[in-house]
Amino acid sequence: MDSALIPEGVKRTSFPKFFLGMAVVGAVVLWGLIAVVLIWWKGLNQTNMNDYYGFALWIWADLAVIAVGGGAFFTGLLKYIFKVDELKNIINFAVIIGVICYSSALFILAIDVGQPLRSWFIFWHANVHSMLTEVAFCLSCYFAVLVIEFIPNVLENRQLNKVSFFHHLAHNMHGVMAVFAATGAFLSFFHQGSLGGVAGVMYGRPFAFREGLLIWPWTFFLFTWSAAAFGPCFTLLVTKITEAVTGKKLVSDKTVHLLAKISGWMITTYIIAKIIDTIYWATVTVPASGFTFSHFFSNNAFYGYWILFAEIVLCGVVPGLLLIYKPTRENSNLRLLAIILGVIGVCLNRWVMVLQVMAVPVMSFDTWALYIPSWQEVATTILPVAYGIMFIALAYRYLPVFPQEKELNYPAQPVVEGE
Amino acid sequence: MKQENKKEHKFGMVIDLDKCTGCGSCMVSCMAENNVPFKEDESNKKDSITWMRVYKLTNGKDFPETEVVYMPRPCQHCSGKGGHGHSPCVSVCPATATDYGKDTGIVSQIYTRCFGCRYCMGACPYHARYFNWWDPKWPEGMENYLSPNVSPRMRGVVEKCSFCYHRYQLAREKAYLEEREEIEEMEYQTACTTACPAGAIVFGDLNNPEHEVTKIVKPDDHPDPRNPDVVGKSRNPKVFRLLERLGTNTKVYYLSEREWVRKAGDNYTEGEWETIKNHHGKTQISHG
Repeated sequence: MDSALIPEGVKRTSFPKFFLGMAVVGAVVLWGLIAVVLIWWKGLNQTNMNDYYGFALWIWADLAVIAVGGGAFFTGLLKYIFKVDELKNIINFAVIIGVICYSSALFILAIDVGQPLRSWFIFWHANVHSMLTEVAFCLSCYFAVLVIEFIPNVLENRQLNKVSFFHHLAHNMHGVMAVFAATGAFLSFFHQGSLGGVAGVMYGRPFAFREGLLIWPWTFFLFTWSAAAFGPCFTLLVTKITEAVTGKKLVSDKTVHLLAKISGWMITTYIIAKIIDTIYWATVTVPASGFTFSHFFSNNAFYGYWILFAEIVLCGVVPGLLLIYKPTRENSNLRLLAIILGVIGVCLNRWVMVLQVMAVPVMSFDTWALYIPSWQEVATTILPVAYGIMFIALAYRYLPVFPQEKELNYPAQPVVEGE
Repeated sequence: MKQENKKEHKFGMVIDLDKCTGCGSCMVSCMAENNVPFKEDESNKKDSITWMRVYKLTNGKDFPETEVVYMPRPCQHCSGKGGHGHSPCVSVCPATATDYGKDTGIVSQIYTRCFGCRYCMGACPYHARYFNWWDPKWPEGMENYLSPNVSPRMRGVVEKCSFCYHRYQLAREKAYLEEREEIEEMEYQTACTTACPAGAIVFGDLNNPEHEVTKIVKPDDHPDPRNPDVVGKSRNPKVFRLLERLGTNTKVYYLSEREWVRKAGDNYTEGEWETIKNHHGKTQISHG
């Protein structure tokens, strides 16, 4: 039915099967959209946020998708600027994941603000002292860069590529992609960092506050570093899931091992920096404001030392070591374990830096504030996941996303004389 | 003649917690004065709007040694680290919807510019900022009693105590008509101050040595030698501020003869309080 659109030389599932799968995921999207309409129509009273929890599930989701979407800018930086040519085999997919993550982030922000129609005020009445202003500017610009990076892949669609103009446009865009990759890396450094700065500058919140360099708290650098470290883990994880669903090998082991190795070293160096930051914070910053380290992890029903252990050791040190040690990195099961732990780790870090910050009592007579999201918040947070699945399914079906797909799955048959 | 006073003010208040009975008049007067809407069910205090909120504190001891204190908490109108106007909330607002008045020391909120990101709420450790989760509603007929001097806020924006700024504007207009440069101390008083039956709240200009609030607080304009971020610390050993060590530099001071009450104003590591006793200039804690 749609065979004319499918890239040449590859096989795709039948259209009815594909349609059925899309319909199932589409139902989840519809559920999310119903929640979106409710929220825009009735307001944020549809959530379980309150005046203690002004930032909650959505802001976590926002920070998390941007962190895991960091694979796009970092892989682009490695491929186009540092000329790690092997990564050409996964760069298209990294960009697609980036587009999904960043469009989701912008969408989440659009439902999270109380007056969505005034969102442009952040540009018009910009406060240059606010980390959120920096986030808004860099996030919007970087999303535009990602779209530009994605366009050549779209133009390589079998039918579009027949149009001479599109064919040459795609070719020429590939030629200048280094410029966009460099721009993307520059913008990402600042928006990933300023998202870390959002928490780090809150000097009224001792759990979040960090000292730093000039105007940038240490969280600024830690967030950028962690996005570059764990973003590729997410790229590898989604690649693995796509391979499992399609039943095909899409990226060669050589490419996967290389990206896993780079990610492993980034995670290990990041986690060393994170441990130093945590020790300095616990022994210098926290006591200076009159708190003890234990204050932030006790006397409540949820936030204990376990979350610190899970974030730093289990989902930081462990995946880092698994990925830098060649035998464990090249063992597919252990590598999968490492990238899953890594993705959980960076999401936990974002959770802690958003929700635990809000939960900790600061005034001596205040109490811990715990929160459970409403179904509308859950539905709108799952919506980007379902949207991402649909996006990837469409891209995989109609675009030449994986340049190695043919050689890995359909090896050329030897031509026998006389046949 | 220019309407604006040329002199720089620093409006603030001191609340005598030993006088406060917890009657709630300050809260009621604040809501009425500032057109604060309310819900049918106000039992969930985490999403109801109370610009002025009275906290109940106890000394944690069993009867008969139990002591209770009521602590009214308006917006603290922080002047930020070093007193430069970078309040925790002002510095983070991405759309400049909240600002620090250099001429008054008042932290303002521009409702029509706020787009409801709530970053300011996250940054405020005092929970003094409130989000309009619902459309503002009043019981039928009560709209007629709304103050024409204060604009009601729409759903989806943040609001907070303004130190009854509209009263300051009215006082300035009156002074202008009477061809005066300055307003008198009693011409600008907040609603909560005037409503308190116990006279526990004293409001005025902390830059004016003649004002009662300045006489009680005796603010030290020099940075705290132990923590240069802290300015305006009280020289009165019975006066303290909430979370002073964070460097927020609030302009709402509290007064109490009771040591445990003063201790409750901030956080101290074990044994630290004994070396402090909140006696200005004699503390020995270290600040990193």
